[in-house]
Amino acid sequence: MERVVLVRYGEIGLKGANRPAFVAQLYRNLRRALPGVTVENRFDHLVLRDADAPWVLEQLRRTFGVTSSSPALEVAADLDAMEAAARTLLAQRGCKPGTTFKVETQRRDKSFPLTSPEVDRELGRRLQAHFPGLRARMKDPQVCVRVDIRQHAYVYTEVHPGPGGLPVGTGGRAVALLSGGIDSPVAIWMVAKRGVEVTPLHFHAPPFTSERSKEKVVRLVEVLSEWCGPMELWVVPFAHVQRAIRERLPEPLWTVAMRRVMIRVAEHVAERVRAAALVTGESLGQVASQTLEALAAIGAATRLPVLRPLVGLDKLEITALAQRIGTYEISVLPYEDCCTLFVPRRPRTRPSLQEADEAETGLDVQALVEEALAGVEVIAARSPAPVKA
Amino acid sequence: MYHRPAMRRVYLDHSATSPALQEVVQAVREVLEHVHGNPASLHRLGLEAERVLQASRQTVAAALGANPEEVVFTSGGTEANNLAVFGTVWARRKPHVVVSSFEHSSVLEPVRRLREQGVEVDFCSVDREGFVRLDALADLLRPHTALVSVMLVNNEVGTVQPVAEVARLLDEAQERWGRRPLLHTDAVQAFAHVPFRVGDLRADLLTVSAHKLGGPKGVGALYVRRGVRLQPLILGGDQERGLRGGTPNLAGIAGFSAAVRFWERAGDGLRARLRELWHRLRQALEPLGGLRWNTPSDALRTAPHILNVSVPGVRGEVLVHRLEREGVYVSTGSACHSRKSRPSHVLLAMGRSEQEASSAVRVSLGPDTTEEDVANAAEAFRVSLEDLRFLVPS
Repeated sequence: MERVVLVRYGEIGLKGANRPAFVAQLYRNLRRALPGVTVENRFDHLVLRDADAPWVLEQLRRTFGVTSSSPALEVAADLDAMEAAARTLLAQRGCKPGTTFKVETQRRDKSFPLTSPEVDRELGRRLQAHFPGLRARMKDPQVCVRVDIRQHAYVYTEVHPGPGGLPVGTGGRAVALLSGGIDSPVAIWMVAKRGVEVTPLHFHAPPFTSERSKEKVVRLVEVLSEWCGPMELWVVPFAHVQRAIRERLPEPLWTVAMRRVMIRVAEHVAERVRAAALVTGESLGQVASQTLEALAAIGAATRLPVLRPLVGLDKLEITALAQRIGTYEISVLPYEDCCTLFVPRRPRTRPSLQEADEAETGLDVQALVEEALAGVEVIAARSPAPVKA
Repeated sequence: MYHRPAMRRVYLDHSATSPALQEVVQAVREVLEHVHGNPASLHRLGLEAERVLQASRQTVAAALGANPEEVVFTSGGTEANNLAVFGTVWARRKPHVVVSSFEHSSVLEPVRRLREQGVEVDFCSVDREGFVRLDALADLLRPHTALVSVMLVNNEVGTVQPVAEVARLLDEAQERWGRRPLLHTDAVQAFAHVPFRVGDLRADLLTVSAHKLGGPKGVGALYVRRGVRLQPLILGGDQERGLRGGTPNLAGIAGFSAAVRFWERAGDGLRARLRELWHRLRQALEPLGGLRWNTPSDALRTAPHILNVSVPGVRGEVLVHRLEREGVYVSTGSACHSRKSRPSHVLLAMGRSEQEASSAVRVSLGPDTTEEDVANAAEAFRVSLEDLRFLVPS
């Protein structure tokens, strides 16, 4: 009887010819995220060995591509062994008299002599004989003993949902603008959930922002990397751009002009890291500058697609996601992010593309972008080592 | 890389915390290495520890002009201020409390909490120069006023408050009503920098902290005049005459005592030198233009080590970070505020506008500050302000 963890993947099972590549990526991601754990690739699921620890289940909750997981007992495919496993699990749970239960068998190995309903009935009968307090109930029992009969049998009672999505690394790469705020980490999480590897890009503007605000962004990336795998944070100096914009452009256009320079820098970074898209945390109408017109003027600064995964979400939904991801508590720390000093008193809410283009003639955009790129600092961020009990 | 290469560090944030003096490090080390006992233990090792504690208490008491048993060691200025405020109020029925409106938050927060709990509290206004208004204070006194708290040196602007004059107002209250409120003064920024004796101030309670004078962080003391009744904040042992339970931080206390001895020995020369540097810095900054001084120029009524100035239009934290790039370390208002983006309550109390109050920086000098540091700091201000001038609407 061996303790293992069954890992199921859903959507990627459907992907036809790509399937082996998707499963292989999930396999690699798990091997990297679960040091010391053996990962076995089976026909439609993965089996983890030496994985009997809470931190493993915690990591599986944060691994995209996993639909669910179950700590299970692996035994020989015969009734006595299955019974012994089920008894172990039930004894562990401590069945009080009156606990309702059922057995649910899936027989993938059709050579097994009994049908699934027959196994259900026989195991149920034996368990009831051993635990006289158990009451069988087919609808909503308190305990469901599940039995998967394959080459071996797997017996388990718990099913933990995973995050779903696709394994990170199957969807190419994108460069994401990461401020210290609540939204942009959520945007990164959402594209990573669709299998995209993300290179986060942060604009740092000393002396207008402090060393602490940069540390805050590093901590955000560390939390994100629990979901997205190790990431490289690109930090780009930006104070000179803000200064130039503030000195030379009319105040209402500061915001749109700044965003456009950021997008251009991001496009250059994308070229270097071979990314095929940009990601921002912009939503529609959250702030005055996030109108369709403003988004159009910003998006026109690049030939790459600009993904805005939060576009349909309300602030409350974004906040709830940030809390689930674990970035919320960091995002609300009070250090200023890059933009607060350069918020115009009355931003142009619907800047036309023409306006934005014309305004920029007062700037040497290329020189500004080059100066930013010359000051790049790349910080490798990985999640803190799991606490292994 | 956009970071400049390391240059000589000019640390001008001594009012936030002052680097530990060499002899303080030695004293702390000595105790950690060789004095293992708990002063409360009966055996010989306990007695050794108790001797260290007593000697330190004597040193600190002597510097304050107090008796050793009047010194209660605490975990720092914040705890001592909390003990002074809560300890007084809890020991009295229906007390009324008066504090100046620009006290440190370790006085303001406790009295605000007391007010929420139904205690009568009044806040005394301060004038534009940064001094508590004695006429306003006199008007606030009541027959049942139990505590008046006015700091000796304001931590953000460095003004020396007329605490002895406040004591005189309390004499009048006593004559009128037959009861004398207790006088507490937060002397955290004053201790060692502005000579005083508790007897001259006629304070009943007085707060000091070690790490503002080169001692270790995490240790301070409250002077409690003989005969003053207080309720302890921390229960669980009769240490510190029952006013502060818990095994004392012996190494920290020994370090505190070493810092006090240093200032006792070198204080006169140091204070004169700090004042000289203070004048120099002020003169060097004057020609930069666009500055608004929050520290008055009167050397008789200011501490020798604190200068506070606003550059309207340039937010304090931006100037702090810009100066940092020149290797010069200063702060916005007080260190405890600098993480919040709120304008300084001290400057608002002094009648400054929101903009002036959020564009202030505090420069504070210490024993290791040199003439060269001051010259470098002035040059760093010049370069930084030139660079940031674009933020100021013309």
